Formats: sequence, structure tokens, C-alpha cells
Amino acid sequence: MHEALRGAFALVLAGDAKLLEIVALSLEVSLSAVALACVLALPLGAALAVTRFPGRQSLIVLLNAFMGLPPVVVGLAVYLLLSRAGPLGPLGLLFTPGAMVIAQTLLIVPIIAALVRQAVEDAWIEYQEQLRSLGVNGVAAALTLLWDIRTSLLTAVLAGFGRAAAEVGAVIMVGGNIDGVTRVMTTTIALETSKGDLPLALSLGILLVLLVLLLNTAAFVVREAAQRRYG
Amino acid sequence: MGMIFKLVAAAAVCLVALAITAPALAQQRFITVASTTSTEQSGLFGYLLPVFEKKTGIRVRVVAVGTGQALDIGRRGDADVVFVHARPLEEKFVAEGFGVRRFEVMYNDFVLIGPRADAAKVRDTRDIAAALAAIKSAQAPFVSRGDKSGTHFAELALWKAAGIDIVKDKGLWYRDTGQGMGPALNSAAAMNAYILSDRATWLSFRNRAGLVIAVEGDSRLFNQYGIMLVNPQKHPSVKRELGQQFIDWVISPEGQKSIAAYRIGGEQLFFPNYRR
Amino acid sequence: MKTALPLRLEQVGFAAGGRIILEKISAQIGPGPRTILLGANGAGKSVLMRICHGLLAPSAGTVQWNVPDIAGAPRRQAMVFQRPVMLRRSALDNVSYALKAAGVARKERAGRARRAIEQVGLTQLAAHSARVLSGGEQQRLALARAWALRPEVLFLDEPTANLDPSATREVEAIIEAIRQAGTKIVMSTHNLGQARRLGDEVLFLHQGRLAEHSPTDRFFASPASPEAAAFIKGELPWA
Repeated sequence: MHEALRGAFALVLAGDAKLLEIVALSLEVSLSAVALACVLALPLGAALAVTRFPGRQSLIVLLNAFMGLPPVVVGLAVYLLLSRAGPLGPLGLLFTPGAMVIAQTLLIVPIIAALVRQAVEDAWIEYQEQLRSLGVNGVAAALTLLWDIRTSLLTAVLAGFGRAAAEVGAVIMVGGNIDGVTRVMTTTIALETSKGDLPLALSLGILLVLLVLLLNTAAFVVREAAQRRYG
Repeated sequence: MGMIFKLVAAAAVCLVALAITAPALAQQRFITVASTTSTEQSGLFGYLLPVFEKKTGIRVRVVAVGTGQALDIGRRGDADVVFVHARPLEEKFVAEGFGVRRFEVMYNDFVLIGPRADAAKVRDTRDIAAALAAIKSAQAPFVSRGDKSGTHFAELALWKAAGIDIVKDKGLWYRDTGQGMGPALNSAAAMNAYILSDRATWLSFRNRAGLVIAVEGDSRLFNQYGIMLVNPQKHPSVKRELGQQFIDWVISPEGQKSIAAYRIGGEQLFFPNYRR
Repeated sequence: MKTALPLRLEQVGFAAGGRIILEKISAQIGPGPRTILLGANGAGKSVLMRICHGLLAPSAGTVQWNVPDIAGAPRRQAMVFQRPVMLRRSALDNVSYALKAAGVARKERAGRARRAIEQVGLTQLAAHSARVLSGGEQQRLALARAWALRPEVLFLDEPTANLDPSATREVEAIIEAIRQAGTKIVMSTHNLGQARRLGDEVLFLHQGRLAEHSPTDRFFASPASPEAAAFIKGELPWA
């Protein structure tokens, strides 16, 4: 364990070009997936929270169920879609970072949307009468609520990022784990483990966990500051 | 406040656009080669491909999976070249029109790995068939990859050579794990079992526990590699010229010499054997 | 331009969860006098006010304004709730937000918001985050927000129920200032003293029915209904 911890720090300090490349790609893919997922999930979650229509409850149950979508299944589906032999073949996205972004996005949209829906619905209960009194309804109300609960949204976004960054099954399938092109931290850990190089795999794992911890700490600080300022 | 929000959103969109379109923007010419995990993990590609790239400026992207999946990738047209080590399957690939032509490139060999304690008493045999028969009678634990890989097919062929119908005659001693070479070796180390491995993966494998080489050198343990261009007539997206350039180089005297020059711990792993 | 008042309630009823909360309420609320909705807790004052404001639809009867509320047109009425609800932004921004929602042009918004803040005495706190203000300050802010809209009618649902006496006085003073500027006041309360101080006419609700509708002086001097008499004497149970 000590050796692995020392190994992790040694890796970082050495500033190994290969390692930096892997970490940079990991962040780029996961952050892109989170950004894309937010564009889809924020409106979806907010709309589900403030509107009422027949079948709404079933849709919510479905959304919550999709949070547990097995990554390998999503990976296989995206693989079949993006393969040259598949419907989106001409896009030439298979075995590229783009495919990994798509797979991760599909995995985390349900998580973010479900959390956003819950947060917006709670806020809607508090704000509903006042907003309607001011003549604010529908889309305008959803946007106002989303902005007002922005620090709670950070929690949802982070949950999505955590899931995306931890992902290995789907990204290996659609990315191909190509050296220098689609190799990220999680797939490298899987590769090194399968080669029997466990200390290296462990060091990378610790690095990944530290990265995620760092992000969560930063978000916590931001949330606390906002809570004090805005109440 | 709204300004910051809009800036972050804009940055996010740019990031996503970049990530998704990066492959299209990539200036460098490249080909995609579907090969096997054991070949990649042997380190051969890390040694060989930079030589090719320096000479031609063509970057080679290797997708390393099991033999069955590598051929499937070729069938789907998601790779330009297929480079595996399962001759009957490769010949079928070409016969079915998915590959243009098969070229023999090199061979490496398999070794039978086993526990130092050697319950089946097969160490120092040079006869792999006899060794497998001994393992079966001793009911010594044996790990199989069971993943339709080249190594798996070689293992099945060897049981047949030993006169054993392994599908019918296997018992609890035969552990079918469905894993790649590295993970299967990990399992064998943990179970103190026998296992058939390619020499390259064994040489780079670090978690040996009590395992050693039990049997080697039998010519039936040699593992032939073949390379094929994916048929552009089936998949017009295949990079025909660049793919052919790679194949031509691999079978050229220069390419063959590079293959022979690759060593692990001073030992040669791959033996070039292209004959026109 | 026609005024939104008078508001005509015709046999308005409201039921929810199997219970009848309001029954056969008929009244006319006209411009001018300060109207007080008086009654014990649970009498139905809040529900009736929400029905008038349009937040709830009546289960029976009709609610008729003199000019219908057209979607998109500047709202003619505003409401202040018992518990003020503020957005996570500055006090000033909360008022600007309401003006924006009402369709007021950007150039006008800042000036009008600032003046409203000034009128309720919150200029020092204009840049503060609204949700960290005290209860009394938030209620004054809610009044500023409603006033900036220059509504024809201002509904107030027990606006001082959660405030201490000094905050209550400040709020009552602002309500008076709003009235003097020309807005019709419709306020609910269960506090007899407040009703006497701030009301010109009283609508007394008892268990969901309109028991009495008369000018304040007459109501307190000689209530026509036994329920009203009991309430004034303080004998009526709270539920």
C-alpha cells in the first residue's frame, strides 16, 4: 500500500509525458460528457419538475431506473451504433474520444436529470405561489428555479462527473483503448492490471481517486461560500 | 452573475465540440489495425510502430482485443488491417471475402506454465501432448482462457493432439475463465494451476507467485501470425493505400528485421517467417 | 382605460380532499375602501384570497373581474404572502426580477426598483442578499416588490402574522402609503385590533361561509351575526 502511494506521488512528480497525456484525455472526455449531459439533463429535469402531464409519474420512474443502466450495455449499444456496419458508421466516430464522450454522456444524463428534477421540484414547492403570482410560468419559471438552486445543481453535476470519470466498461468498448488516442486513466488501470503490473495500476487508481476528491472538495467550498452569501 | 454563467456554458460547448471533432481535425494520416491483446501486451507494437511511423509518417492505431473480436472488427469495416494469430479463422476471413489476402508474418511460441510443485510431473518433458495427458490423469488444476482467442484455439488443438476430447472429458480441475492472457495468468497464479500462455505475455508478467515454465520447445507450440487488408469492396471506408503500405512494410526485409530485433530481457520473442 | 375593479364573486365554493373549505361566497369588492378578510384560523381566508388572485380555481361559482386578465399583459394585481419568498439574489435584484417578469423595459427597471426599495426604507440593504435579511426586512422587500409593479389591487395574506410588534408597525405604515398612492388594499387577518386599525370594510368568514359583509365601524359596534359577535368577544374556537 505504501509502495503504491509513493508510486502515485512519484508518477505525478516525474511529470511523465505519457501520464499527463492520459490524465488530460480523461479530464477532457469526462468534462465534455458532463457538459453535454447538462445541456440535455438540466432542461429535462426542470421540465419534469414544473410540468404536469399524463404519464409523468411513469417517466420519473423510468428516469430513476435508467440511473442504474449497466455501462457495458450502453457501451455495446453505442458500439453497434457507431460501427461502420451500423447506422451512424459514416460519422467515423468509433475508436475516437468522441465515441467515449457519447457513451459517458448517455450514462450520466439519467443521473443528472433525476437529481435536478428532485432539486427543482423541492424548490418549486417553495417558490410556486410567489412565481405564479408574478406571472412567471413554464419555461421562465424553470429557468429561474435552475439559477436559484445553482449550488445544489453543482452536487448533481459532480455526481455525474464522478460516474463518468469512473467509467471503464463502455469506454473500452467504444474507444478501443488505443495507445495515445483513446487511453484514459480507468482503461489504463484495467490494462496494467491485466498485464499483472498491479503496483502501477494501484498508483494510477490512487491518482484518480485523489483527482475526484479534489474536485469534490472544491465544490464543497463553493457551496459553503454560496450558502453564507446567499442563504 | 448571468455573464459568468454564459461564459462557462460557452466554454463547455467549445470543449465538447473539440472532443467530438478532434479526430476529423487530426492532420496526421493514420490507419486502424485490429490485433490481439497478447500481441499488444508483448510490447511489440510499442517497438515496431514508431519505426514504421518515422519512415512513412503514417500513425498506426492499434485496437487490441481478443482474436474473435479483432476479426469481427475487420468484418464490420471498423479497422483497415487485421493482424492476428489464428490461421484457420484468418483463412475463413479471406474466403468469405472480408479480407483481401493473407500474408504470414512471424511466429512466436506458447509455453506451458505450471506450479513449481508440479503435481502432474510434466517439467522437463518436451512433449506437450504427453504433458497435457498427464495433467488430465492427475486432475491437476488447469486454467483455460475460454475466450475464443488465438491462444484458446491453440490450447483446444493441443488437447486434440493429445487424443483428449476436452469438451467431453473435462472435470472440475479444468477452469474455463473467459479471460484475457494477463487476467488468466493472475487466476492461475492464485489457483496454483497449469496454463498455456504465449511466451511474450509470460515474460512481461510480474505477478508470478509460484509459477514457472513447465514445457517449451515442442513445434506444436509455435503460434503463427497472419496479416490481412480488410476488403475495401465490402467497406469503401477502408484506407486501402495506407493499409497496404503497412502490410508491405511488415513483410519487407526491413520490417522483418525489426521484428526479429525486438527483445524482452535479451530474449527474442517473435521469429519473422514471411516467404513470398 | 377600464379598471380591473370591481371584483364580483358569485356563489364561489372550494373543496379539496373531500372537505368543503368555502361555500356559496357572494360579494363585490370595489375600488376605494380598504377591505379586510377577517376570520379565525381555518375559516378559509387564505383560500379565498388565492382564488381572488387566480392562484386557485374555484370548485363552484365564478370570479369576475371588470376587465379579464389577459396573458402577457401587465398584471393589475399583486400579492404579498404570510411568509415572503425571495430569490437567491440581492434585494434590489428581487424587485428588478418582478419588473422584468411584468414586461417593464430594461431602462426603466433599475430606477423603479430603486425607488420602491427607498420607499420601504431598505436602501442600505439594497445590495444585500435577500434571503439573509430578517423576517421583517424581507416582508418590507416583498411589499417593495409588489409596489414597484404599481398594481391596481394588492392582496395581503396575513402579512404581519410572523412579525414582532415593531416590524408589524413598519409594515402597516408601508401598506398605508401604498393605499395612499392609489392601490386598492385587500388584506386578511385574524387580529381584531389590526382589522379595526386598517380596515374600512370587513368580510367576516366563518367555517367557509361569508357570515357578514359590512363597514368596519358597524361590524365592531353591532355585528349582525351571532358568530361575528362571538368572534369579537373572543369566544370563538380557533378551528
